[in-house]
Amino acid sequence: MDWGAFKLSVQLAFFTVLLLLPVAMLTARWLVTLPARRKAIIEALLTIPLILPPTVMGFFLLVSMSDAHAVGRIWRSLFDESLVFSFEGLLLASIIVNIPFAIQPALRAFEGIGSDMREAAATCGMSRWRSFRRIELPLAWPGILTGGVLSFAHTLGEFGVVLMVGGNIPGETRTISIAIYDQVQSFDNASAALMSGVLLAISVLAISITFLLTRKPLLRIKA
Amino acid sequence: MSGPNGIAVAIRLQDPVTLDVEFEASASELVALVGPSGGGKSTILRAIAGFEKPTAGKISVGGQQWFDSQQGLCLQPRLRRVGMVFQSYALFPHLSALENVVEALVDRQTGNKTELANEYLARVNLKGLGGRLPDQMSGGQRQRVAVARALAREPDVLLLDEPFSAVDKVTRIRLQRELVELRADLSIPIILVTHDIEEAARLADRIAVLHEGRILQMAAHDVLSKSPVNTAVARLVGIRNIFNSRVASIDQQQKRLELQWGSTLLETLYREGFTPDQSITWCIPSDGIVVHRRDRPSRGEHENPVFGVVNELFQFGQTTELTLEVDDPDAHPLHCSLPTHVAQRNDIRVGADLGVSIKADMIHIMNSSEH
Repeated sequence: MDWGAFKLSVQLAFFTVLLLLPVAMLTARWLVTLPARRKAIIEALLTIPLILPPTVMGFFLLVSMSDAHAVGRIWRSLFDESLVFSFEGLLLASIIVNIPFAIQPALRAFEGIGSDMREAAATCGMSRWRSFRRIELPLAWPGILTGGVLSFAHTLGEFGVVLMVGGNIPGETRTISIAIYDQVQSFDNASAALMSGVLLAISVLAISITFLLTRKPLLRIKA
Repeated sequence: MSGPNGIAVAIRLQDPVTLDVEFEASASELVALVGPSGGGKSTILRAIAGFEKPTAGKISVGGQQWFDSQQGLCLQPRLRRVGMVFQSYALFPHLSALENVVEALVDRQTGNKTELANEYLARVNLKGLGGRLPDQMSGGQRQRVAVARALAREPDVLLLDEPFSAVDKVTRIRLQRELVELRADLSIPIILVTHDIEEAARLADRIAVLHEGRILQMAAHDVLSKSPVNTAVARLVGIRNIFNSRVASIDQQQKRLELQWGSTLLETLYREGFTPDQSITWCIPSDGIVVHRRDRPSRGEHENPVFGVVNELFQFGQTTELTLEVDDPDAHPLHCSLPTHVAQRNDIRVGADLGVSIKADMIHIMNSSEH
């Protein structure tokens, strides 16, 4: 069992969720206010990471984060180091790849609230912020949390993008998925099986939490 | 006039429905907006609350201008003091009844909001139920919470969007009584949207009949049912006996006017604005038709007697409704209703000959063009 890779994967998943969740939440809330056509276009664009093959996605990210392009150049000018093959680069790639996983459940949750809830809040004299905090957020919370759980589990298991952008640097970019691949390549099936079992257990746990959250009666969305 | 605490609405709108309406309601007055679905009833409420922006017009409530297209004024919904009861009630499902009401006290400077919210719940007969979530309450209780929340806002106008449509009949009548009781303590205009003309008649001081985005007539129910301005209003207020006819003669001295309806000459009261031989439409509410006794003559049979054959007979408990095939040029039947025991005593059945009298003073004449 490569505990270093496991620790790095957990760190990557944790920071991905931590940074992505607020953005996903606000983006989803913004999307529900848009006219149907504009919303469909933006939603389609945000879903691209889900349908693109991971290696292709990884290739695009690798190129755009290299020193030859704007993002990489800005990063180097700020921190004097390369964005690709670093944990920070891996984190940025992970956030982009997980956008649809975080936004989609949150968006469905905000859509499920219904306009009459927001209108009732307005007739109560609530400001937009208070309406969001007191009414919409508690009602959409299961969806937002589901997005977080899915993003966490997906980051732990991500292989293609991680390998393309981060490579395989122990302690820096070597995640548990890449470690499993390495163990199999070196015929250490026992270690690979153990680490696969850990990922399987985390996946099952994530799905269970997701189902539990969406079925919890007190948090059920009912317009 | 709406008065200083009333509401004055004059708005035009193209989307989501076409609207061109103008009406006023004084403080303490309950105005019902009635009409078929898609006529714009709920859109008017939404425009008053600020959820729809009219293309032109003005809305003033309680002496304050909420919307004025010429001045470019459109107050945000949360700044309009509106108490609104939504058709779905729109209670916040994760908050208790008490918390729902407390949320409407958001900009009150009062010290103990919980105490005040409890008082509002007590006003709608929900004392002691503040801790329940909406899911744990009956439809009637949820509606009461919605009313308490609307009142807690200390609104300048109360908007009720089909508030009784989601409850059973017994609960509906009880809630309607409670609304009548509540009104006694309110000095704000109330606008009620309903598709039920009987509900409007029970609750409203005046009824605005809406059709395709326009108010066809606005008056007390009594006036609407006796003097609808056109056939559309007559139909919407539930009058089924609407016939085309012709003015046969006018006697201004005797204040009489005669109508030639098929082969029957109907006498009615004189009305200005009609000329002999003019094509008109007339209507009569169901209580303007008196069924004759079949076994022996009864009083009043000489008043506009009309004879026909019973075409259909429907027994609805204590009331029997029947249609009578009469000499109408358009072959429309005459609809009558009478107590079931009277129908049985007179052996009224399908195919039987029957005479009725059409009360002269209840015949209402309209121009044929006012369809």
